[in-house]
Amino acid sequence: MTVLRLPPFDLIAPRTVAEAADALAHHGPSARLIAGGTDVLPNLKRGLAAPDVLVSLAGVESLRGIRPAADPRPSANGLRGPTRPPSTGAPEGITIGAATRLNRLMADPAVCQSFPVIREAVSQIATPTLRRMGTVGGNLCLDTRCTYYNRPALWREGAGDCMKHEGDVCRVAPGGERCWATLSADLPPVLVALDAVVRLTSARGDRVLALGDLYRDDGLTHLTLAPDEILAEVWVPVWGSRAAFLKLRPRCAVDFASLGVAVAVDVADGICRRARIVLGAVASHPLRVPAAEAALCDRAPDATAIRAAADAAYDAARPMDNADQPPAYRRQMVRVMVARALRAALGQPPSTR
Amino acid sequence: MSTPLAVIGQRLPKIDAWSKVTGTARYADDLPLAGALCGRLLRSPHAHARILGIDTTAAASLPGVAAVITGRDLPIPYGILPISQDEHGLAPDKARFVGDPVAAVAASDDATAERALALIRVDYEPLPAYLTVEGTLGDVAEPIHALRRPGNIHKAVALAFGDVSAGLAAADLVQSDHFFYAGNTHAALELHAVVAVSDPAGHLTLWSSTQTPHYVQRALARALDLPASRIRVVAPALGGGFGGKTETLPHEVAAAKLALITGRPVKIRLTREEVFYSHRGRHPMHIALTTGVKRDGTITAMHLSTVLDGGAYASYGVASMYYSGALQTVTYRVPAYRFDGARVYTNKPPCGPKRGHGTPQPRFALEVQLDKIAETLAMDPAELRLRNLVNEHSVTVNHLRITSCGLRGCIERVVEASGFSNKHRRLPAGRGVGLACSSYLCGAGLPIYWNGLPHSTVHVHADRTGTVIVQCGATDIGQGSDSMLAYVTAEVLGLDPADVRLVTADTALAAVDLGSYSSRVTFMAGNAAMQAAERLRDLVLGAVAATTGLDHAHLALRGGRVVRTDHAGDVMPWAEAVAVTEARGTPASASGTYAPPPLAGPYKGAGVGPSPAYSYSACVVEVDVDDETGQVRPAEVWLAHDGGRALNPTLFEGQIEGGVYMGLGEALMEEQRFRGALHTGPSLLDYKTPMSVDMPVIHPIIVERIDPEGPFGAKEVGQGPLLPVPPALANAVYDAVGVRIDEVPITPDKVLRALRQRARGGAPRFGPKGHPPITYPVVVSVDPPAGAPGT
Repeated sequence: MTVLRLPPFDLIAPRTVAEAADALAHHGPSARLIAGGTDVLPNLKRGLAAPDVLVSLAGVESLRGIRPAADPRPSANGLRGPTRPPSTGAPEGITIGAATRLNRLMADPAVCQSFPVIREAVSQIATPTLRRMGTVGGNLCLDTRCTYYNRPALWREGAGDCMKHEGDVCRVAPGGERCWATLSADLPPVLVALDAVVRLTSARGDRVLALGDLYRDDGLTHLTLAPDEILAEVWVPVWGSRAAFLKLRPRCAVDFASLGVAVAVDVADGICRRARIVLGAVASHPLRVPAAEAALCDRAPDATAIRAAADAAYDAARPMDNADQPPAYRRQMVRVMVARALRAALGQPPSTR
Repeated sequence: MSTPLAVIGQRLPKIDAWSKVTGTARYADDLPLAGALCGRLLRSPHAHARILGIDTTAAASLPGVAAVITGRDLPIPYGILPISQDEHGLAPDKARFVGDPVAAVAASDDATAERALALIRVDYEPLPAYLTVEGTLGDVAEPIHALRRPGNIHKAVALAFGDVSAGLAAADLVQSDHFFYAGNTHAALELHAVVAVSDPAGHLTLWSSTQTPHYVQRALARALDLPASRIRVVAPALGGGFGGKTETLPHEVAAAKLALITGRPVKIRLTREEVFYSHRGRHPMHIALTTGVKRDGTITAMHLSTVLDGGAYASYGVASMYYSGALQTVTYRVPAYRFDGARVYTNKPPCGPKRGHGTPQPRFALEVQLDKIAETLAMDPAELRLRNLVNEHSVTVNHLRITSCGLRGCIERVVEASGFSNKHRRLPAGRGVGLACSSYLCGAGLPIYWNGLPHSTVHVHADRTGTVIVQCGATDIGQGSDSMLAYVTAEVLGLDPADVRLVTADTALAAVDLGSYSSRVTFMAGNAAMQAAERLRDLVLGAVAATTGLDHAHLALRGGRVVRTDHAGDVMPWAEAVAVTEARGTPASASGTYAPPPLAGPYKGAGVGPSPAYSYSACVVEVDVDDETGQVRPAEVWLAHDGGRALNPTLFEGQIEGGVYMGLGEALMEEQRFRGALHTGPSLLDYKTPMSVDMPVIHPIIVERIDPEGPFGAKEVGQGPLLPVPPALANAVYDAVGVRIDEVPITPDKVLRALRQRARGGAPRFGPKGHPPITYPVVVSVDPPAGAPGT
């Protein structure tokens, strides 16, 4: 079988996070991290990047594993969600090492019990073989994708390069100033909806920030991660919410999302106290829709509220013509799938039909 | 057969099953050759451009580069059809699509070859690109090929059989529709690969992933200006073809040329991206169809018009165009038929034959239209078809001879198995069933190049160990043709298939078989093998009779022995009988051939469509359609196929399942799409084929209508079962949600648009609104043969 060739590079295989951080600091922007390689290697083979050095996290044991943990934020007390149960001494959440394989995450009993939505989302990523290689950190840091970018070299020669690779124009929206490549990873919308927190590490020290703040709506540099920083772990709070994730794609396996919808809701005494509605694959970052969340909160999450939330999400979503399935269709599906996801999270029948 | 069959009809393993499942089968890319060079092709990034010059100096002087060639080194055009020889191994003057090869290198390794490609400077003058059918009609500034007719119309035809106007005038209902069937590609798992070796004695050998070694040998002889006798083409184990490897492709010509220049073995392996450009797949087809019926459903006349978007080269395109009209008459009695067909060139990868060659598109149109007619007439769709069934041993209005036809049995079996009658128009909203039928060739009745020679020849030799060697050029592309040859030979000689050794798919070591296309191998090579084996049997039994004094008429071969049929009695083992034959000074060998009977009608274009037999299929698809998302999920598929005798029921069912798989892919998602001149995604991530989790339960149903001329009564099953799947699915979508999707693939956005259009009071339909504004030639009227429907 003919395989595309990798460009030459030096491989550094540190055993500790500190060594990995030092390697990044030493080599600067000419180095790239690699964990499972399921995103990095195809891009290298297509000539989309040519780092001199790959720093592999495969041998860094401390980045693997799932364990109960308290909120890593220094001022965590002030940030706790309003419906979080009073402390009973039970763990406040779980921490997932960034190099944890996706198939391990799916199979973890604590994750399955506390966060069935994570299992649901991960089970829809790529294929079983890719989930054995791909990691949580890799999925969270997945490069943005575009039908003008993730293409072979000859194809790009025919189309002309785009600003994401050596060009100066976005082929999706040539009149604009920005790159519209899409974040189509499945875990980011889910974990943003769950108010996850990430810890970043570098030779300069650690940073802890809300997962949502790891992203920005720019296809070129969609991560706020500095070039010398490593995503070390993600902490997910257990706050008793009900959550759901739905993924739109042409096929029931392999395909990246053409739309992802993650919702999390807290309902007490029939009133929705808190809601998170986050869309994947319609922007360069996980798109939280505050207007849709507001339409649900402080009232009963009935059909009217769900419809209002779905309408608000539809209004906010502007998918571009750079992923599977036509953008107009994907936008229409925002309304349908937000409503369905909310009904699923609320334990209501999937369709109003 | 008076005696029961011992091998034929048994669920035996394929003879190459072990090598496939253990990984020992050798594919072209597996062949280890000492000192082999790596060949790579440089492809055009322009859709249409004049090549003003190519500077290969820097590439040729790169250390490790053995040769660089361009179109100047391959000046002789070739093509699979004698009437359209419009390809070169490397484009000499113009690049005609993004991906058209313009130069090739042979280097010590892949990396060097890639660096060399990057050093080749091509001076292109971009030309206007013609990317749609509409854009190629009328005056064009720069025709893609120099043609005798204006514009980019490659071939056009208009034929009338019987009085179509009178037939439509006599109808109680005249239904007219426009359809579009998107182009799609084969997506065989194995990528194209070739190894070429030339030796100082002047022999050129190619091991190539091809379905047609004989045609590759012929085209190479022409393109390289070498005697065919010096060229040997071998097809090693193949990982599928589906029509994508049925003609000589540029990488084969380039590898051969590079091997001749360097004197070293040259291997060229295409990437998946390159295979999408190599293509030769399903033509995008615009279809206009008008059918007249009486109130009782009887068809009075049919008028079909097609336009095929051919891509940049001819390939099999003229045949594809004729096939789009030829087989509409072999399922239902059509007393008057008109066919207008045209194929245009566009600046896209060339289209050609894919499983069903030219016929799934008009079949989709016909079977969807019949569903509409059945609804208008308030008739059961199965009943409408049963009322119009062709007669066995009849002739069609367009001069096609029909022998066996098991379509009635196919329809009855799928209707019964699926519960169609109780489900159709009765399932809850969102769930539906659809029915469609089809027919396909058992081999093209005429060869690709005109000759009166056998289409298949088989030599059979036995030796004193009892081993039987079968030599035949037939090419097993995974469909099981080697197994078929072993089964047929073993059955006739009373042996175990394991006693049969095969030499196949080799132009030097085996007799000519035209190749694995048009579902011809079982019928043609099978008949040749049967004849050869019968001659060997008669030779050996004759020798035994002469030696033992027993009556030849009372001898038979069974269970590896010569036995007496007049009373119980064992004469001698098979190996001894072979020795007895040899002892009489006669080699135990025999040959058989097969050529179809003369079948072509008396008109130009009549060579496409005739076949010594036709297979028949009926299919019921049950679907779930989500009316909020437009998503269509096939739930179950029943497919009954009349392929004559099932030589191996397991392989027969496997072909049905494969056909259903590919048919569902075409119906739901597969599409060779372009954004401007660029393929939207030349990879298996972007080009959607169904995954295992997308597949429904498939119920294959074997219907054996024994054909009088097929080997042991066999017909074909390799291509036919794909054909009814897309229309059955479209009809099921209509049954589920009440919208017609007159276009393939049926993607969720199209279903949703039709649903929304209906909700706004519009037509409950998605599909083309008209036919491309093409002017067909003046119609040629052909008298139907005596005995055809309507005569």
